[in-house]
Amino acid sequence: MIEMLNVSKKYPNGITAVNDLTIRIEQGEFVYVVGPSGAGKSTFIKMMYREELPTKGTIKVGDFDLVKMKNKDIPYLRRHVGVVFQDFKLLPKLTVYENIAYAMEVVEKNPKIIKKRVLEVLDLVNLKHKVKMFPNELSGGEQQRIAIARAIANMPRVLICDEPTGNLDPETSWEIMNILEEISNRGTTIIMATHNSQIVNQVRHRVLAIDNGRIVRDQQEGEYGYEA
Amino acid sequence: MKLRTMGRHFKEAFKSLVRNGWMSVAAVSAVAVTLLLVGSFVALLMNVNKLASDVENDVSVRVYIDLAANEEQQTQLGEELEKLEAVETVEYSSREDELQQVVGTYGAEFDLFEGDDNPLHDVYIVNTTTPQQTSAVAKQAEELEFVSQANYGGAEADKLFKTMENVRNVGGIVIIALLLTAVFLISNTIRITIFSRRTEIEIMKLVGATNWFIRWPFVIEGALIGLVGAIIPTAIISGVYIYGYEVISNYFVGTYFSLLPVNPFLFQLGAVLLAVGFVIGSIGSILSIRKFLRV
Repeated sequence: MIEMLNVSKKYPNGITAVNDLTIRIEQGEFVYVVGPSGAGKSTFIKMMYREELPTKGTIKVGDFDLVKMKNKDIPYLRRHVGVVFQDFKLLPKLTVYENIAYAMEVVEKNPKIIKKRVLEVLDLVNLKHKVKMFPNELSGGEQQRIAIARAIANMPRVLICDEPTGNLDPETSWEIMNILEEISNRGTTIIMATHNSQIVNQVRHRVLAIDNGRIVRDQQEGEYGYEA
Repeated sequence: MKLRTMGRHFKEAFKSLVRNGWMSVAAVSAVAVTLLLVGSFVALLMNVNKLASDVENDVSVRVYIDLAANEEQQTQLGEELEKLEAVETVEYSSREDELQQVVGTYGAEFDLFEGDDNPLHDVYIVNTTTPQQTSAVAKQAEELEFVSQANYGGAEADKLFKTMENVRNVGGIVIIALLLTAVFLISNTIRITIFSRRTEIEIMKLVGATNWFIRWPFVIEGALIGLVGAIIPTAIISGVYIYGYEVISNYFVGTYFSLLPVNPFLFQLGAVLLAVGFVIGSIGSILSIRKFLRV
């Protein structure tokens, strides 16, 4: 469960990216966040994993109060919130296997559990056969699937995707989408910022349209609503 | 922390040292040069200090006994001197002893003053508990009966004490400045190795690694750089000191001066340098990673 109450974010340079926004997202929901560039989508999303702190309002993610929590507790929030980016952010010197295991090692998981879980998530993204390859030997879509596998390796309750298909061709985008659907079906909340109208219109989920730092539309099974 | 985790941190630290090969060499050299300066300076300062305290300890009050005093009166004066505050030892030196010393220092020509021609006084040599008390003791002694004169190094001694204090203070400041330079050099180097790994740090933060988990490998790396950087100057200073000690000690034979003996001084200095290298390496790392850990 994610809850934002009267949240505003004003950057030091005077720009108000999010303005008095209130929203509630239940556990297991799949939510698209759409809107023009610079509307506040990124800030909205970054506040959910405490990359940004709001200047006003309260944010709750699960049991975490993101405004009141201490900096030293942020790591424990991050273990509940996986993040996937447009540019993958894989470590180029590590193999596929090592990239995923890395995310589990740094939160001090048991090596036996790591081994089992890495193969499990690789199976989920259908890349078990590329386990020994390096990121630069993979296509963009495959790299993004590894990034997703890494994001869910620690079994987060929430998966945040910031334009996960932004760098990918339409066909590959659908592969990514199928995987996200699969993860969603297993009970993980998915919040996906996207400009991909095709996907939003075809795979219907709740749509949050953000403009000028406010939610201008909140629609179950909504459509993209902007000219592509 | 789990043992396995600590093992991982050490592995990461070594990996980073090797991966950033030339940077590591540069950092180690920077530390080595700085600590060489610090170490040489400390060695020099401590020996100057030692020589100064040799001089200080040699400062004593010479109480010249009135020629009119008979033996009994002399003994009484000796007892009175011993009763004075801050007096540690009182030693008697007869006029014959004094003449022997003059002859020993200035040559046999002074032989002709032997016997009744001896113009010197019998003397009590009074040592005070601390060198700084000599002037006060001299003043008190002068007021006693049968004392013709009580001398101490006087203005000379006072000047020496002041100078030594200044040398110690200035030396302390210079050493602190050098150490700060070393911290700065190490933190700069580590900053570069951190910079090359900022994606890794970003990912670690995103998946929920704690700050100390991220920090440890860098702290270990810095500590290792500091340690290796300290071994080199320790070796150089030891070599030079052992050689210099032998050469210089020859000049000091027969004087009350001596340098600090190789054992334990070099071991102490080495331990200090290693500890300093270790600490400034760790601190340098912690300082430079701070910026990257901010969310």
